[in-house]
Amino acid sequence: MSSAATTLAVRSLTKRFGDRVALGDVSFELAPGELVGIVGPNGAGKTTLLSILAGVLAPDEGTLLGLERNAGWVPQQTSLYRKLSAAENLRLFARLEKLPDPEAAVARMLEQTGLADRSGEEVGRLSGGNQQRVNIAIGLLAEPAVLLLDEPSASLDPRQRERLWEFISALADRGTTVVFSTHNVSEVERYASRVLLLADGELLFTGTTGELDQTVGGDPRDFEAALVSFLHQRGH
Amino acid sequence: MRWLLVKDLQILRRSPLLVGLLIVYPIAIALMIGFALSSPPGKPKVAFFNEVPQDQGKIHIGNQSLNVASYASDLLRSIEPIKVHSEAEAVAKVRDGAALAAVIIPAALPRQIQSLITQGVGRPTVRLYLNTKDPIDQQFVQQAISTRINQVQADVSRRVLQVAVNDLREVLNGGSIQILGQNVHLLGLRNARTIVQGTVASLPARSDLRVALGQVAGFANLAIQGLGFASPVLGSIGSPLTVDETQLAGATTPTDAYAASIAVIVSLMFVTMLLAAGMLALERSENAYARLVRGLVTPGRLLTEKVVLAGGCASAVTLVMAALVSLFVHLDWSRFELWVAALALGGLAFGALGVAIGAAAREVSAASLLAFLVSLPIAFVALVPSNAVSGTLKTVLDVVAFVFPFKAALEAVTNAFTGSSPPIGLPLVHLAVLALVFGALARLALRRFAAR
Repeated sequence: MSSAATTLAVRSLTKRFGDRVALGDVSFELAPGELVGIVGPNGAGKTTLLSILAGVLAPDEGTLLGLERNAGWVPQQTSLYRKLSAAENLRLFARLEKLPDPEAAVARMLEQTGLADRSGEEVGRLSGGNQQRVNIAIGLLAEPAVLLLDEPSASLDPRQRERLWEFISALADRGTTVVFSTHNVSEVERYASRVLLLADGELLFTGTTGELDQTVGGDPRDFEAALVSFLHQRGH
Repeated sequence: MRWLLVKDLQILRRSPLLVGLLIVYPIAIALMIGFALSSPPGKPKVAFFNEVPQDQGKIHIGNQSLNVASYASDLLRSIEPIKVHSEAEAVAKVRDGAALAAVIIPAALPRQIQSLITQGVGRPTVRLYLNTKDPIDQQFVQQAISTRINQVQADVSRRVLQVAVNDLREVLNGGSIQILGQNVHLLGLRNARTIVQGTVASLPARSDLRVALGQVAGFANLAIQGLGFASPVLGSIGSPLTVDETQLAGATTPTDAYAASIAVIVSLMFVTMLLAAGMLALERSENAYARLVRGLVTPGRLLTEKVVLAGGCASAVTLVMAALVSLFVHLDWSRFELWVAALALGGLAFGALGVAIGAAAREVSAASLLAFLVSLPIAFVALVPSNAVSGTLKTVLDVVAFVFPFKAALEAVTNAFTGSSPPIGLPLVHLAVLALVFGALARLALRRFAAR
């Protein structure tokens, strides 16, 4: 670990699929309470990076420091049993996580997600936004220091997105480090405290959205244009 | 694993259609087989025409008489007769499908039988017309009619022989027999010998007749000895045949119990394989697999849970099914613990095959369809009689039957139900090995399970 204020340190992470380098020599650090957005074109390596951080994929090279306690992982598609209720889904994963008091963890997560009054409903009958809340709540059951979200708002309407980001921002405010991937540049601009820009498996930029604007030297009100310009300048 | 089992049972409880199907399906099969085995086969519809006039149906055998009409009514007991008034009408009934066959009793039949009995000449013939369109129906009606005709033949033979034996006794001991409808008194060989011997004794010692009558008495002695043997021999021929049954390769399995075993194993196979394949594929369809194997559950434990779930549920259902079948078919309840062992190990082997299919197919619908498609040929191959094919094909079928659990499960359950051969140990070991092999294959297939 490079400093006491670092939650996670990634050093020279590399992942290959056959001859293709999905992720090449990626290094960065995360601090407690940071809300970090991973952006980049399709095939940039965003999901691969999150999968390695989550422990779903093993890297070919490189090290991860600070993940002694498992990171919470929320895959892009809701991974829930639709025939079970929200409470039953949470209870199952709390038991599989071997939490000391599963019922307390379930009650806490239902409270945090605001789903306590709908806890007995089958998940398949909940709205997409509420399903995603349960999906995230499962990732938070073990109270991880780092929460990894793969395109968390991809299937939500604007109102559901807004409520989701309020929830995620509150987590970061309480000290949880949140890393999310997205194609929605405005979400990064509004909520991320830092950006990781990936292209073809290479980490091209890490910093705030404002710093990226300054690097490109364009209109500071148009982050998307700045991002595209930056990629052009780097030959992507 | 306990919590995964609880979760899967909760999901099943909330899928009433699926659970209903899994329970109703084997019970329906059990009831159908039970009714099929306990109901006698129906009688074939046969057009029947008796050309023999009512007053000309008698056949005289010695001092006894037989009536052709009574034998015709015997024949009617094994068929559902359609009364017709001519041979042409009977044939028409067969042609248009109203009857499976037609039986014609010719007017000359009593005369033909009488001639055969009294003179050894003639060939009594009953005419039979069969509808050959459906070979199964043809076999059915042929069996029904030929069985009854054989009984009639045996009965007539027995009665003719009875008369012959009685007549021989009369020839030996004296009495009266009927010749050409007339009562004729017979002296009998024994009486004749006594008379001749008395006459010889009363003749002078040097009489020439002594030698001649001595030869007659000697002939009478020989004839008495010969006919004394002939009576019991003829009597034994007239007795109904007895079958000397020799059992080879161990005890035989009662057909009904074997059919029940097939029904139980078919149900065990379908329920286990569909459940195991479907429930494993569901983990991927719900996107839960990657989350589960990320340190919460090992892939091996997940597979074991699915095998135990599917095998356990299916074994319980088929155990109930076997109990229901035993209302109709005799199954040996004293071997109940072997029922449980055979069904449990069969369930595990089919469950392992099911998860291998589920891991390979990955999608719930594809896994269920594949499990169904694989099940049918497995059952058919295992049920092909060993003498139905030969050479290379037989070897291939034997190998296929050996590498899938159906045959071993059938042998184990049949033995458990009836105690028939082969012994249950080998099939149980076979099932355990197959469970391990298919479990290992499923584990290999899981390597690409999460990939999209």
